[in-house]
Amino acid sequence: MKISVDQSKCCGSGMCVLTDPDLFDQNEEDGTVVLLQEHPDAEHEATAKEAAGLCPAAAITVS
Amino acid sequence: MTELISEELPITRQNPFDPPAEVTAIREQARISRLKFSDGHLGWLVTGHHQVREVLGSPKFSNDPRRHHLLDKRFQGEVPEDGRKSEPGMFLSQDPPDHTRLRKMLQGQFTVRRMNQLSEWIGKIVDDQLAHMRSLGGKADLVKEFAMPVPSLVICALLGVDYDERHRFQEDTAKMLSLEVSFKEAMAAFARIQEFMRELIARKKADPGDDMISDLIATGEPTDEEASNMALLLLLAGHETTANMLGIGTFTLLQHPDQLKILKDEPEVVDNAVEELMRYLSIIHFGPVRTAVEDVEIDGHLIKAGDTVLTHVPAANRDPDKFGDNPEELDLRRPASGHVAFGHGIHQCLGQQLARIEMRIGFSKLFAEFPDLRLDVDPEEVPLRTDMGIYGVHSLPVAW
Ligand code: SF4
Repeated sequence: MKISVDQSKCCGSGMCVLTDPDLFDQNEEDGTVVLLQEHPDAEHEATAKEAAGLCPAAAITVS
Repeated sequence: MTELISEELPITRQNPFDPPAEVTAIREQARISRLKFSDGHLGWLVTGHHQVREVLGSPKFSNDPRRHHLLDKRFQGEVPEDGRKSEPGMFLSQDPPDHTRLRKMLQGQFTVRRMNQLSEWIGKIVDDQLAHMRSLGGKADLVKEFAMPVPSLVICALLGVDYDERHRFQEDTAKMLSLEVSFKEAMAAFARIQEFMRELIARKKADPGDDMISDLIATGEPTDEEASNMALLLLLAGHETTANMLGIGTFTLLQHPDQLKILKDEPEVVDNAVEELMRYLSIIHFGPVRTAVEDVEIDGHLIKAGDTVLTHVPAANRDPDKFGDNPEELDLRRPASGHVAFGHGIHQCLGQQLARIEMRIGFSKLFAEFPDLRLDVDPEEVPLRTDMGIYGVHSLPVAW
Protein backbone atom coordinates (compact mmCIF):
# COMPACT_ATOMS: atom_id res chain seq x y z
CA MET A 1 0.00 0.00 0.00
CA LYS A 2 1.20 3.47 -0.88
CA ILE A 3 -0.31 6.76 0.25
CA SER A 4 0.25 10.00 -1.60
CA VAL A 5 -0.96 13.45 -0.67
CA ASP A 6 -1.31 16.58 -2.74
CA GLN A 7 -0.58 19.57 -0.53
CA SER A 8 -1.74 22.00 -3.19
CA LYS A 9 -5.27 20.58 -3.04
CA CYS A 10 -5.45 20.26 0.75
CA CYS A 11 -7.81 22.68 2.51
CA GLY A 12 -6.54 21.88 5.99
CA SER A 13 -9.76 20.34 7.30
CA GLY A 14 -7.84 17.89 9.47
CA MET A 15 -10.14 14.97 8.71
CA CYS A 16 -7.14 12.80 7.88
CA VAL A 17 -5.42 13.53 11.20
CA LEU A 18 -8.64 12.85 13.03
CA THR A 19 -9.03 9.55 11.21
CA ASP A 20 -5.49 8.25 11.65
CA PRO A 21 -2.93 10.39 13.48
CA ASP A 22 -0.27 7.73 12.87
CA LEU A 23 -0.40 8.41 9.15
CA PHE A 24 -1.14 12.10 8.89
CA ASP A 25 -0.29 15.37 10.53
CA GLN A 26 -0.86 19.01 9.65
CA ASN A 27 1.87 21.55 9.32
CA GLU A 28 1.88 24.34 11.87
CA GLU A 29 2.25 27.04 9.29
CA ASP A 30 -0.77 26.71 7.06
CA GLY A 31 -2.48 23.56 8.32
CA THR A 32 -1.85 21.53 5.19
CA VAL A 33 -1.41 17.79 5.38
CA VAL A 34 1.90 16.15 6.25
CA LEU A 35 2.24 12.49 5.35
CA LEU A 36 3.93 10.57 8.17
CA GLN A 37 4.09 7.14 6.56
CA GLU A 38 4.13 6.57 2.86
CA HIS A 39 4.04 2.79 3.11
CA PRO A 40 2.17 1.95 6.30
CA ASP A 41 1.54 -1.56 7.65
CA ALA A 42 -1.50 -3.46 6.55
CA GLU A 43 -3.20 -2.67 9.86
CA HIS A 44 -3.56 0.92 8.69
CA GLU A 45 -5.13 0.01 5.39
CA ALA A 46 -8.71 0.59 6.45
CA THR A 47 -8.06 3.96 8.08
CA ALA A 48 -5.90 5.13 5.19
CA LYS A 49 -8.73 4.37 2.80
CA GLU A 50 -11.23 5.99 5.10
CA ALA A 51 -9.11 9.13 5.28
CA ALA A 52 -8.88 9.26 1.50
CA GLY A 53 -12.66 8.92 1.27
CA LEU A 54 -13.33 11.56 3.90
CA CYS A 55 -10.87 14.14 2.61
CA PRO A 56 -13.08 16.97 1.38
CA ALA A 57 -10.49 18.14 -1.13
CA ALA A 58 -9.63 14.74 -2.63
CA ALA A 59 -6.01 15.37 -1.68
CA ILE A 60 -5.23 11.81 -0.56
CA THR A 61 -4.78 8.76 -2.76
CA VAL A 62 -4.17 5.22 -1.62
CA SER A 63 -2.83 2.71 -4.09
CA MET B 1 -36.52 10.33 -18.12
CA THR B 2 -39.07 12.76 -16.74
CA GLU B 3 -37.54 15.24 -14.45
CA LEU B 4 -39.12 16.16 -11.18
CA ILE B 5 -39.62 19.90 -10.99
CA SER B 6 -40.27 21.80 -7.76
CA GLU B 7 -41.78 25.25 -8.10
CA GLU B 8 -40.40 26.19 -4.70
CA LEU B 9 -38.16 24.66 -2.09
CA PRO B 10 -40.24 23.09 0.69
CA ILE B 11 -39.01 24.50 3.98
CA THR B 12 -41.69 23.64 6.53
CA ARG B 13 -40.57 20.98 8.98
CA GLN B 14 -43.25 18.63 10.27
CA ASN B 15 -41.03 17.25 13.02
CA PRO B 16 -38.52 19.38 14.86
CA PHE B 17 -35.53 17.15 14.09
CA ASP B 18 -36.35 16.07 10.54
CA PRO B 19 -35.94 17.80 7.21
CA PRO B 20 -39.22 18.75 5.49
CA ALA B 21 -41.13 15.59 4.51
CA GLU B 22 -41.56 16.89 0.95
CA VAL B 23 -37.80 17.14 0.55
CA THR B 24 -37.38 13.58 1.79
CA ALA B 25 -40.07 12.48 -0.68
CA ILE B 26 -38.25 14.27 -3.50
CA ARG B 27 -35.00 12.55 -2.54
CA GLU B 28 -36.65 9.16 -2.67
CA GLN B 29 -37.82 9.87 -6.21
CA ALA B 30 -34.76 11.70 -7.52
CA ARG B 31 -31.40 12.40 -5.93
CA ILE B 32 -31.07 15.21 -8.46
CA SER B 33 -34.14 17.14 -9.60
CA ARG B 34 -35.06 20.56 -10.99
CA LEU B 35 -35.89 23.51 -8.79
CA LYS B 36 -37.23 26.96 -9.70
CA PHE B 37 -35.30 29.83 -8.20
CA SER B 38 -37.04 33.07 -7.26
CA ASP B 39 -36.11 34.77 -10.56
CA GLY B 40 -37.61 31.91 -12.56
CA HIS B 41 -34.27 30.24 -13.24
CA LEU B 42 -34.68 26.51 -13.61
CA GLY B 43 -31.81 25.22 -11.55
CA TRP B 44 -31.23 22.02 -9.63
CA LEU B 45 -31.96 20.49 -6.25
CA VAL B 46 -29.48 17.88 -5.09
CA THR B 47 -30.64 15.70 -2.21
CA GLY B 48 -28.53 12.53 -2.46
CA HIS B 49 -25.48 12.17 -0.23
CA HIS B 50 -23.14 10.99 -2.94
CA GLN B 51 -24.39 13.64 -5.36
CA VAL B 52 -24.09 16.47 -2.83
CA ARG B 53 -20.48 15.46 -2.20
CA GLU B 54 -19.81 15.43 -5.90
CA VAL B 55 -21.16 18.93 -6.41
CA LEU B 56 -19.42 20.39 -3.38
CA GLY B 57 -16.17 18.64 -4.21
CA SER B 58 -16.04 19.67 -7.86
CA PRO B 59 -13.92 22.59 -9.05
CA LYS B 60 -16.48 23.10 -11.83
CA PHE B 61 -18.81 24.80 -9.38
CA SER B 62 -18.36 28.34 -8.13
CA ASN B 63 -19.35 29.79 -4.80
CA ASP B 64 -19.23 33.39 -5.99
CA PRO B 65 -22.60 34.96 -5.05
CA ARG B 66 -22.58 37.05 -8.22
CA ARG B 67 -22.99 33.87 -10.22
CA HIS B 68 -25.82 32.43 -8.15
CA HIS B 69 -29.45 32.79 -9.04
CA LEU B 70 -31.34 33.83 -5.96
CA LEU B 71 -33.43 31.35 -4.07
CA ASP B 72 -34.71 33.78 -1.50
CA LYS B 73 -37.72 35.82 -2.63
CA ARG B 74 -36.90 38.52 -0.11
CA PHE B 75 -33.86 39.47 -2.09
CA GLN B 76 -35.44 39.41 -5.55
CA GLY B 77 -35.11 42.84 -7.16
CA GLU B 78 -33.58 44.21 -3.96
CA VAL B 79 -29.99 43.32 -4.48
CA PRO B 80 -27.94 45.54 -6.75
CA GLU B 81 -25.46 43.74 -8.97
CA ASP B 82 -22.41 45.07 -7.13
CA GLY B 83 -24.16 44.50 -3.79
CA ARG B 84 -23.67 40.80 -4.33
CA LYS B 85 -19.97 40.81 -4.77
CA SER B 86 -18.13 39.14 -2.00
CA GLU B 87 -16.31 41.51 0.33
CA PRO B 88 -12.50 41.28 0.41
CA GLY B 89 -11.54 38.59 2.90
CA MET B 90 -14.90 36.81 2.83
CA PHE B 91 -13.32 33.62 1.64
CA LEU B 92 -16.42 31.56 2.29
CA SER B 93 -17.99 33.09 -0.80
CA GLN B 94 -14.91 33.19 -2.99
CA ASP B 95 -13.34 30.80 -5.44
CA PRO B 96 -9.68 29.85 -5.78
CA PRO B 97 -7.15 31.36 -5.98
CA ASP B 98 -8.42 34.06 -3.58
CA HIS B 99 -10.17 31.52 -1.40
CA THR B 100 -7.05 29.38 -1.16
CA ARG B 101 -4.79 32.30 -0.35
CA LEU B 102 -7.00 33.63 2.44
CA ARG B 103 -7.95 30.29 3.93
CA LYS B 104 -4.31 29.28 4.15
CA MET B 105 -3.63 32.25 6.39
CA LEU B 106 -5.99 30.74 8.98
CA GLN B 107 -5.68 26.99 8.52
CA GLY B 108 -2.62 26.70 10.74
CA GLN B 109 -4.63 28.09 13.65
CA PHE B 110 -7.31 25.39 13.43
CA THR B 111 -5.32 22.19 13.13
CA VAL B 112 -6.36 19.09 15.04
CA ARG B 113 -3.28 19.41 17.26
CA ARG B 114 -3.91 23.03 18.16
CA MET B 115 -7.52 22.37 18.91
CA ASN B 116 -6.63 19.39 21.10
CA GLN B 117 -4.31 21.62 23.05
CA LEU B 118 -7.30 23.77 23.91
CA SER B 119 -9.25 20.91 25.51
CA GLU B 120 -8.38 21.73 29.06
CA TRP B 121 -9.07 25.41 28.64
CA ILE B 122 -12.42 24.69 26.96
CA GLY B 123 -13.21 22.23 29.75
CA LYS B 124 -12.69 25.01 32.28
CA ILE B 125 -15.03 27.35 30.37
CA VAL B 126 -17.67 24.60 30.27
CA ASP B 127 -17.26 23.86 34.01
CA ASP B 128 -17.63 27.52 34.91
CA GLN B 129 -20.72 27.85 32.79
CA LEU B 130 -22.28 24.75 34.35
CA ALA B 131 -21.49 26.05 37.83
CA HIS B 132 -23.18 29.28 36.86
CA MET B 133 -26.22 27.34 35.64
CA ARG B 134 -26.43 25.43 38.91
CA SER B 135 -26.25 28.66 40.87
CA LEU B 136 -29.55 29.69 39.27
CA GLY B 137 -31.50 27.15 41.33
CA GLY B 138 -33.39 24.26 39.76
CA LYS B 139 -34.23 25.54 36.31
CA ALA B 140 -32.82 27.65 33.50
CA ASP B 141 -32.90 28.36 29.79
CA LEU B 142 -30.13 26.12 28.54
CA VAL B 143 -29.55 28.22 25.43
CA LYS B 144 -29.05 31.43 27.35
CA GLU B 145 -27.02 29.98 30.19
CA PHE B 146 -24.98 27.31 28.45
CA ALA B 147 -25.31 26.63 24.72
CA MET B 148 -24.74 30.20 23.61
CA PRO B 149 -22.15 31.41 26.17
CA VAL B 150 -19.75 28.47 25.79
CA PRO B 151 -18.91 28.88 22.08
CA SER B 152 -19.14 32.67 22.40
CA LEU B 153 -16.61 32.76 25.20
CA VAL B 154 -14.35 30.41 23.30
CA ILE B 155 -14.39 32.23 19.97
CA CYS B 156 -14.15 35.66 21.57
CA ALA B 157 -11.09 34.62 23.57
CA LEU B 158 -9.45 32.94 20.57
CA LEU B 159 -10.01 35.94 18.33
CA GLY B 160 -9.20 38.49 20.99
CA VAL B 161 -12.68 40.05 21.03
CA ASP B 162 -13.77 41.40 24.39
CA TYR B 163 -16.68 39.18 25.51
CA ASP B 164 -18.24 42.14 27.30
CA GLU B 165 -18.63 43.82 23.95
CA ARG B 166 -20.79 41.02 22.58
CA HIS B 167 -23.91 43.17 22.62
CA ARG B 168 -22.28 45.06 19.75
CA PHE B 169 -22.51 42.10 17.42
CA GLN B 170 -24.77 39.39 18.85
CA GLU B 171 -28.05 41.02 17.94
CA ASP B 172 -26.80 41.97 14.50
CA THR B 173 -25.50 38.45 13.92
CA ALA B 174 -28.99 37.13 14.62
CA LYS B 175 -30.46 39.69 12.22
CA MET B 176 -28.13 38.68 9.43
CA LEU B 177 -29.10 35.06 9.79
CA SER B 178 -32.82 35.67 10.10
CA LEU B 179 -34.94 34.52 7.18
CA GLU B 180 -37.51 37.17 8.01
CA VAL B 181 -35.72 40.51 7.93
CA SER B 182 -35.56 42.52 4.71
CA PHE B 183 -32.47 42.77 2.59
CA LYS B 184 -31.93 46.36 3.78
CA GLU B 185 -32.10 45.39 7.45
CA ALA B 186 -29.71 42.51 6.92
CA MET B 187 -27.23 44.77 5.12
CA ALA B 188 -27.47 47.42 7.83
CA ALA B 189 -26.72 44.80 10.48
CA PHE B 190 -23.77 43.58 8.43
CA ALA B 191 -22.43 47.13 8.09
CA ARG B 192 -22.57 47.60 11.86
CA ILE B 193 -20.60 44.43 12.54
CA GLN B 194 -18.11 45.46 9.88
CA GLU B 195 -17.63 48.76 11.62
CA PHE B 196 -17.05 46.99 14.93
CA MET B 197 -14.49 44.74 13.26
CA ARG B 198 -12.71 47.61 11.59
CA GLU B 199 -12.30 49.32 14.94
CA LEU B 200 -11.05 46.08 16.43
CA ILE B 201 -8.42 45.61 13.73
CA ALA B 202 -7.19 49.16 14.26
CA ARG B 203 -6.95 48.55 18.01
CA LYS B 204 -5.06 45.27 17.53
CA LYS B 205 -2.66 46.88 15.12
CA ALA B 206 -1.81 49.48 17.67
CA ASP B 207 -1.76 47.09 20.58
CA PRO B 208 -1.38 43.43 19.57
CA GLY B 209 -2.42 40.68 21.97
CA ASP B 210 -1.96 36.95 22.18
CA ASP B 211 -4.83 36.05 19.88
CA MET B 212 -5.71 34.95 16.37
CA ILE B 213 -6.51 38.37 14.99
CA SER B 214 -3.21 39.80 16.22
CA ASP B 215 -1.39 36.78 14.74
CA LEU B 216 -3.18 37.24 11.46
CA ILE B 217 -2.24 40.91 11.26
CA ALA B 218 1.33 40.13 12.28
CA THR B 219 1.81 37.96 9.18
CA GLY B 220 1.52 41.16 7.16
CA GLU B 221 -0.40 39.19 4.56
CA PRO B 222 -3.99 40.39 4.63
CA THR B 223 -4.97 43.99 4.01
CA ASP B 224 -6.83 45.66 6.89
CA GLU B 225 -10.07 45.20 5.05
CA GLU B 226 -9.38 41.53 4.43
CA ALA B 227 -8.34 40.98 8.04
CA SER B 228 -11.49 42.58 9.39
CA ASN B 229 -13.79 40.56 7.15
CA MET B 230 -11.92 37.35 7.87
CA ALA B 231 -12.27 38.00 11.58
CA LEU B 232 -15.94 38.80 11.09
CA LEU B 233 -16.49 35.51 9.34
CA LEU B 234 -14.80 33.58 12.15
CA LEU B 235 -16.79 35.42 14.78
CA LEU B 236 -20.07 34.76 13.00
CA ALA B 237 -19.31 31.16 12.27
CA GLY B 238 -17.93 30.47 15.72
CA HIS B 239 -20.96 31.93 17.37
CA GLU B 240 -24.15 30.57 15.94
CA THR B 241 -23.29 27.12 14.72
CA THR B 242 -21.92 25.31 17.75
CA ALA B 243 -24.37 27.13 20.00
CA ASN B 244 -27.26 25.72 18.02
CA MET B 245 -25.81 22.24 17.97
CA LEU B 246 -25.49 22.32 21.75
CA GLY B 247 -29.03 23.66 22.12
CA ILE B 248 -30.96 21.42 19.74
CA GLY B 249 -28.57 18.53 20.40
CA THR B 250 -29.55 18.60 24.08
CA PHE B 251 -33.24 18.82 23.13
CA THR B 252 -32.78 15.80 20.85
CA LEU B 253 -31.03 13.75 23.51
CA LEU B 254 -33.71 14.57 26.08
CA GLN B 255 -36.30 13.35 23.57
CA HIS B 256 -34.36 10.13 22.97
CA PRO B 257 -33.82 8.76 26.51
CA ASP B 258 -32.50 5.41 25.28
CA GLN B 259 -29.76 7.19 23.35
CA LEU B 260 -29.04 9.56 26.19
CA LYS B 261 -28.60 6.56 28.44
CA ILE B 262 -25.92 5.22 26.09
CA LEU B 263 -24.09 8.51 26.28
CA LYS B 264 -24.27 8.53 30.09
CA ASP B 265 -23.29 4.88 30.54
CA GLU B 266 -20.54 4.77 27.94
CA PRO B 267 -18.77 8.12 27.95
CA GLU B 268 -16.37 6.96 25.23
CA VAL B 269 -19.28 6.99 22.80
CA VAL B 270 -19.21 10.78 22.81
CA ASP B 271 -16.93 11.22 19.77
CA ASN B 272 -19.26 9.28 17.58
CA ALA B 273 -22.31 10.75 19.30
CA VAL B 274 -21.20 14.18 18.15
CA GLU B 275 -20.89 12.97 14.55
CA GLU B 276 -24.28 11.30 14.73
CA LEU B 277 -25.95 14.37 16.21
CA MET B 278 -24.40 16.47 13.45
CA ARG B 279 -25.65 14.06 10.83
CA TYR B 280 -29.09 13.71 12.32
CA LEU B 281 -29.66 17.41 12.94
CA SER B 282 -27.72 19.05 10.10
CA ILE B 283 -28.33 22.48 11.52
CA ILE B 284 -28.22 24.32 8.24
CA HIS B 285 -31.81 24.61 7.02
CA PHE B 286 -30.93 24.03 3.37
CA GLY B 287 -28.01 24.70 1.06
CA PRO B 288 -25.22 25.39 0.31
CA VAL B 289 -25.67 26.81 -3.18
CA ARG B 290 -23.23 26.54 -6.08
CA THR B 291 -23.26 27.57 -9.76
CA ALA B 292 -21.69 25.56 -12.55
CA VAL B 293 -18.95 27.42 -14.40
CA GLU B 294 -18.81 24.82 -17.15
CA ASP B 295 -20.99 21.92 -18.22
CA VAL B 296 -20.71 19.08 -15.76
CA GLU B 297 -22.35 15.71 -15.60
CA ILE B 298 -23.40 14.52 -12.18
CA ASP B 299 -25.02 11.13 -11.84
CA GLY B 300 -26.20 11.15 -15.46
CA HIS B 301 -27.60 14.67 -15.35
CA LEU B 302 -26.07 17.35 -17.50
CA ILE B 303 -25.75 20.48 -15.41
CA LYS B 304 -25.02 23.32 -17.78
CA ALA B 305 -22.64 26.21 -17.25
CA GLY B 306 -24.60 28.95 -15.48
CA ASP B 307 -27.04 26.58 -13.78
CA THR B 308 -27.43 27.19 -10.06
CA VAL B 309 -27.60 24.15 -7.81
CA LEU B 310 -29.00 23.93 -4.31
CA THR B 311 -27.46 21.08 -2.39
CA HIS B 312 -29.59 19.97 0.53
CA VAL B 313 -27.43 18.93 3.45
CA PRO B 314 -30.23 17.79 5.80
CA ALA B 315 -31.66 15.52 3.07
CA ALA B 316 -28.23 14.18 2.11
CA ASN B 317 -27.47 13.31 5.72
CA ARG B 318 -30.57 11.10 5.84
CA ASP B 319 -29.83 9.32 2.56
CA PRO B 320 -30.25 5.54 2.99
CA ASP B 321 -27.73 4.98 0.18
CA LYS B 322 -25.10 6.19 2.60
CA PHE B 323 -26.50 5.60 6.06
CA GLY B 324 -28.29 2.27 5.68
CA ASP B 325 -31.78 1.16 6.50
CA ASN B 326 -32.64 3.47 9.32
CA PRO B 327 -31.23 6.91 8.54
CA GLU B 328 -34.28 8.55 10.14
CA GLU B 329 -33.29 7.19 13.53
CA LEU B 330 -30.84 8.73 15.95
CA ASP B 331 -28.32 6.00 16.72
CA LEU B 332 -25.25 7.15 18.62
CA ARG B 333 -23.43 3.95 17.76
CA ARG B 334 -23.88 4.04 13.99
CA PRO B 335 -20.81 4.89 11.91
CA ALA B 336 -21.80 8.47 11.20
CA SER B 337 -18.59 9.84 9.78
CA GLY B 338 -18.83 10.97 6.21
CA HIS B 339 -21.87 13.15 6.93
CA VAL B 340 -21.86 16.48 5.15
CA ALA B 341 -22.98 18.65 8.06
CA PHE B 342 -19.67 20.54 7.89
CA GLY B 343 -20.00 20.74 4.11
CA HIS B 344 -17.60 19.12 1.71
CA GLY B 345 -14.95 20.29 -0.72
CA ILE B 346 -12.64 23.23 -0.31
CA HIS B 347 -15.16 25.22 1.72
CA GLN B 348 -15.63 22.51 4.32
CA CYS B 349 -15.90 24.18 7.71
CA LEU B 350 -12.60 25.67 8.79
CA GLY B 351 -13.53 25.54 12.47
CA GLN B 352 -14.84 21.99 12.49
CA GLN B 353 -12.19 20.61 14.84
CA LEU B 354 -12.91 23.36 17.33
CA ALA B 355 -16.63 22.70 17.02
CA ARG B 356 -16.08 18.98 17.63
CA ILE B 357 -14.12 19.57 20.80
CA GLU B 358 -16.64 22.07 22.13
CA MET B 359 -19.45 19.60 21.51
CA ARG B 360 -17.64 16.59 22.96
CA ILE B 361 -16.74 18.43 26.12
CA GLY B 362 -20.02 20.30 26.23
CA PHE B 363 -22.33 17.27 26.01
CA SER B 364 -20.16 15.08 28.25
CA LYS B 365 -19.88 17.57 31.04
CA LEU B 366 -23.48 18.74 30.80
CA PHE B 367 -24.90 15.27 31.39
CA ALA B 368 -22.24 14.32 33.93
CA GLU B 369 -22.99 17.42 35.97
CA PHE B 370 -26.76 17.29 35.48
CA PRO B 371 -27.67 13.61 35.11
CA ASP B 372 -31.30 14.41 35.87
CA LEU B 373 -31.61 17.18 33.32
CA ARG B 374 -35.11 17.30 31.85
CA LEU B 375 -37.30 19.55 29.76
CA ASP B 376 -39.26 22.05 31.80
CA VAL B 377 -41.97 22.55 29.16
CA ASP B 378 -43.87 20.29 26.79
CA PRO B 379 -41.68 19.45 23.80
CA GLU B 380 -44.16 21.20 21.48
CA GLU B 381 -43.55 24.42 23.35
CA VAL B 382 -39.85 24.60 22.60
CA PRO B 383 -39.44 27.51 20.17
CA LEU B 384 -37.70 26.25 17.04
CA ARG B 385 -35.53 28.39 14.81
CA THR B 386 -37.63 27.84 11.70
CA ASP B 387 -37.09 31.52 10.93
CA MET B 388 -33.30 31.33 10.84
CA GLY B 389 -30.77 30.09 8.31
CA ILE B 390 -29.08 28.12 11.04
CA TYR B 391 -31.62 25.83 12.63
CA GLY B 392 -31.87 25.10 16.32
CA VAL B 393 -33.93 26.21 19.30
CA HIS B 394 -34.41 29.81 20.38
CA SER B 395 -34.56 28.68 23.98
CA LEU B 396 -34.63 25.41 25.88
CA PRO B 397 -36.24 25.57 29.32
CA VAL B 398 -34.74 22.80 31.43
CA ALA B 399 -34.92 21.70 35.07
CA TRP B 400 -32.79 19.40 37.24
S1 SF4 C 1 -8.41 15.58 5.05
FE1 SF4 C 1 -7.65 16.30 3.08
S2 SF4 C 1 -8.03 18.51 3.11
FE2 SF4 C 1 -8.18 17.79 5.22
S3 SF4 C 1 -6.13 18.12 6.08
FE3 SF4 C 1 -6.22 16.01 5.34
S4 SF4 C 1 -5.45 16.12 3.25
FE4 SF4 C 1 -5.94 18.19 3.85
